[in-house]
Amino acid sequence: MKVSYQWLNKYIDLSGFTAEELAEKMTRGGIEIDGVESLNKGVSGVVVGYVKSREKHPDADKLSVCKIDVGTGEELQIVCGAKNVDAGQKVPVAMIGAKLPGDFAIKRAKLRGVESQGMICSAKELGINDKLLPKEQQEGILVLPEATPVGTPIGDVLGINDEVLELDLTPNRSDCLSMLGVAYEIGALTGREVRLPEPAVNHAAERADSHISVSISAKEQCSHYSARYIKGVKIGPSPQWLQNRLIAAGIRPISNVVDVTNFVMLEYGQPLHAFDADSITTGRIDVRLANPGEKLVTLDDQERALEPHMLVITDGEKAVALAGVMGGANSEVSEKTVNILLESAKFDGGTVRKTSRQLGLRSESSIRFEKEVDPARVIPALNRAAALIAELADGLVEEGIVEVVASEAAPAVVDVTLAKINGYLGTELSRLEVQTIFDRLHFSYRLSDANDLFSVTVPTRRGDITRDVDLIEEVARLFGYDNIPTTPIHGDVTPGALTKPQAIRRDLRRRLTDAGLHEVISYSFTGPSRTELFPDLSGKDLKPVKLAMPMSEDRSVLRTTLIAQLIETAVYNRNRKNESSAIFEIGSVFHTDEEQLTRLPQEKHRLAVLFTGNRVDAQWNRKSAPVDFYDAKGVLETVIDVLGLTARVRYESAQPLNFHPGRTAAVIVDTAHGPETIGYVGQLHPTLQHESDIADTYVVEVELGKLYELADSDIEYKALPRYPAMQRDIAVVLDQSVPAAKLTATAWAVAGELLESVRVFDVFTGEKLGAGKKSVALSLVYRHEGRTLNDEEVTELHGKVVAELEQSFAAELRK
Amino acid sequence: MKERLEALRAEALQELQQVDNPQQLNDLRVKYLGKKGALTEILRGMGGLSAEERPIIGQVGNDVRAAIETVIDEKQNAFLAAETENRLRAETIDVTLPGKALPTGAVHPLNKVAQEIEDVFVGLGYSIAEGPEVETDYFNFEALNLPKNHPARDMQDSFYITEDILMRTHTSPVQVRTMQQMNGKPIKVICPGKVYRRDDDDATHSFQFNQIEGLVVGPNIRMSDLKGTLLQFVQQMYGEQAQIRLRPSFFPFTEPSAEVDVTCVQCGGHGCRMCKQTGWLEILGCGMVHPRVLEMGGYDPAEVSGFAFGMGVERIALLKYGIDDIRHFYTNDQRFLSQFARM
Repeated sequence: MKVSYQWLNKYIDLSGFTAEELAEKMTRGGIEIDGVESLNKGVSGVVVGYVKSREKHPDADKLSVCKIDVGTGEELQIVCGAKNVDAGQKVPVAMIGAKLPGDFAIKRAKLRGVESQGMICSAKELGINDKLLPKEQQEGILVLPEATPVGTPIGDVLGINDEVLELDLTPNRSDCLSMLGVAYEIGALTGREVRLPEPAVNHAAERADSHISVSISAKEQCSHYSARYIKGVKIGPSPQWLQNRLIAAGIRPISNVVDVTNFVMLEYGQPLHAFDADSITTGRIDVRLANPGEKLVTLDDQERALEPHMLVITDGEKAVALAGVMGGANSEVSEKTVNILLESAKFDGGTVRKTSRQLGLRSESSIRFEKEVDPARVIPALNRAAALIAELADGLVEEGIVEVVASEAAPAVVDVTLAKINGYLGTELSRLEVQTIFDRLHFSYRLSDANDLFSVTVPTRRGDITRDVDLIEEVARLFGYDNIPTTPIHGDVTPGALTKPQAIRRDLRRRLTDAGLHEVISYSFTGPSRTELFPDLSGKDLKPVKLAMPMSEDRSVLRTTLIAQLIETAVYNRNRKNESSAIFEIGSVFHTDEEQLTRLPQEKHRLAVLFTGNRVDAQWNRKSAPVDFYDAKGVLETVIDVLGLTARVRYESAQPLNFHPGRTAAVIVDTAHGPETIGYVGQLHPTLQHESDIADTYVVEVELGKLYELADSDIEYKALPRYPAMQRDIAVVLDQSVPAAKLTATAWAVAGELLESVRVFDVFTGEKLGAGKKSVALSLVYRHEGRTLNDEEVTELHGKVVAELEQSFAAELRK
Repeated sequence: MKERLEALRAEALQELQQVDNPQQLNDLRVKYLGKKGALTEILRGMGGLSAEERPIIGQVGNDVRAAIETVIDEKQNAFLAAETENRLRAETIDVTLPGKALPTGAVHPLNKVAQEIEDVFVGLGYSIAEGPEVETDYFNFEALNLPKNHPARDMQDSFYITEDILMRTHTSPVQVRTMQQMNGKPIKVICPGKVYRRDDDDATHSFQFNQIEGLVVGPNIRMSDLKGTLLQFVQQMYGEQAQIRLRPSFFPFTEPSAEVDVTCVQCGGHGCRMCKQTGWLEILGCGMVHPRVLEMGGYDPAEVSGFAFGMGVERIALLKYGIDDIRHFYTNDQRFLSQFARM
């Protein structure tokens, strides 16, 4: 809402406040002012002139030489290039010494040898937003109404010595979508009185209801419909002052009748509509819901397909307007209109909102109806507009208002006690202070002495106030939020703490970043093709969740894996010459088993890691190290280890889609319900790497849910060993296909409690070993908790381990 | 015998003077002072001396030994010093070459800021509550006093999945879920998380962003407590000099509602470009929990009251680090991320 300072000053005395000060006061009171715009963009020395004569320039075809009277007694000669300049016009004249926007000073000049003592201005040259002007006034000089007095400063004529406050209204304060509403607000902030317009409607002899009748078929959607009949209007431009008001508010002047309806809408917040009464041949108005298949051509010449939830104004047969949204072309006021049916009504906000949304038709009218207009202003606005049309379009207002009231709107009565106000705000307001605030708001109230109970009758213009807390907010904002004290919370001290999953995530973040990985946050929305990349991680029987109205195809579904997003990130960085990435993300993926959701999808917290390029870049004392599978696996093992789960987790060769079949492991956790695969660690399939245009890339993606649940963060001290250990190293040659984990598992199984640790310390292949063979070297440490082991028993036990390895895996002990 | 000893001393000292390497020195030590050395050899003849002569010759013998030892020690020390000197010279390196740095990854700046905010509130006795990012219309809107067709839904153009399921537009549904779980007991939580709103991405808008909301419910919770809490928060976050300013505003789930400005972090309130010369930066929305919301959460507004507040993590991070484009948070350019590795 744009509010002209000068116009507002008509309804409440603004003396003592500049527009800027007013803006600050309103903002601090809860009506945010986005900006204050001066309408005068730097115009001075421009006055109204009368073109006494216009002659062709002797030496230039496109120029005219005009003699102008500007009321100084001295005639000015001005050379003008506009096509539309003519004798007999009233025009804006920038005299010598005048200034125009952009610091453009007018000087004496000679144009093609003819002296020019100033300039005749166009609207644009005066800094006026000419988009709001009729086309003929956008081109050439601005021609003013004939009656404009010569010599008047142009600022007074065009109302540009004014400032406009741009209100950024919250949805609850639609009362300030009107000049009167804003005036009431300022009254509440300043204690000054509001001056309401007092329309005097002079009636003609005939009664309106002899021409028209009104009925409401859709009473739910229209609680009040009122109309007046105005005859004999002369359609023409509205007077300059009225046009100025509309332009200041950002509304295009059209004609006197339409301009009045817009003016009164701005004044009262009540949208009005003027019909050409003669086009409503039935003389009837019926408000009903649209019929299936019904169509209406609206004022913008668009044919609109109506739906049965839309409210229409009809002549009893066909629709003539979309209630509260836009009039119909079939009943439009035109130059030929002589009789007017003027409508003022209260339409249901939700109905108007739905219609305007669905048709993509938002108008000044629909914006106001959507937020519920004040039922108490339906009739005053109708009368105000009727009086203005009579005055400005020479109409005669017929006797009486034709109306139907489907339901009366009673003002709300809301109770609040002084104790509740102070208890809620933490203030110590006196009864008198609260009374003063309600008085300034023009809220009437009954005050019961016994318990300081205010029974407040809330004016219907403030439909947002329905409960005690709404009144408390009014008190708070007028008392001033700054004046509310600052206190600590009463009551018990509560311990603050992280939950186990929260603590785990923090710890993982810290460890992974300490290991040199960057954390990323990627978008939860992705393209369908990316959700198909890793079905083993997306859940083979599960589906992605689709947005109903996505912004684009590649942001149309919810991610089903994290690594698909991490690959995008790596590619993005690679394209910016960062060939190496070590990144991770902790976040949710979304799966559903439903085609169309009827319940919330599964949201799973996951950890994903991606390595590509070099793990370490070359430095003078260090060779570069390209990433490999064991970088990724090592990160995962560390995570598993710090969560105390090493003993529960194993890795098995696996071939999930789009992973390298020989370089991928399933991560399997032993749970109470048996083993469960919680994710994979592996290299991307070379084909996928090629398609993504990315080098060898190793990834991890695991479900955190199970890890949260099983994580064992209890540290229990174990006494340091008191007896020495014995170490035995062996190397065995066996088939390459035998996984190392089987060798260590065998060692554990055979050696039992006396084995303290087993470590693979070397693996190699080579011609000497034979094709398909590898050598695996193990280091076993034996220890007894209660005594020193002797050589013989260790040798015997170790011998059993070796024998079992030889037997189970056809391993050959290397000597 | 005395003459032999003196002659030995002279010969030894003479010979020692010529020594120029540790091996030679050691050889001479053995030659003169060793078990089978010259000195021992001479002294072995002391058995044939008289009782008067013996202590005198013994004394001479000791003097000779001491004299030779002193010179040997001096020589020894000189060799050691020279050897150390050589070694140090040989081992000298270019200390200006770079060392082997520890790897330094960075927590994402949004999580870094969120953790910082969380820590402040955990220190004030808050728990951290979380909830789903895909929500029902009920938890996201209805239970927050935003029934269907409510004009305030204008403010939140949302990503719907079905008519009743959508991407949450704020973390407020977690507040409702918390209230329903807490079953009438007092609440003090913050709710961080991702939220989604239909917005064309530009330097200041992102369709995905992060919020942290707070909720306190209990007997006699007052608006002055809300102010006290927020002041404490901004002072811990931005320093003791930070002040807050509340402006009346509107949210359907709070009444009264306020926007909160904090003293400009850039200029300290004097006015600068960042705060558009106002000295204040808007960082928070807050208010007293609307009684309808309390009711739908299972609380009786006649018995308890509460306050809630919410902030955008992106905005706080943008201001804190002076970042010029919100999209950097989601493109994850390593040149961007690596800037946040500092403590």
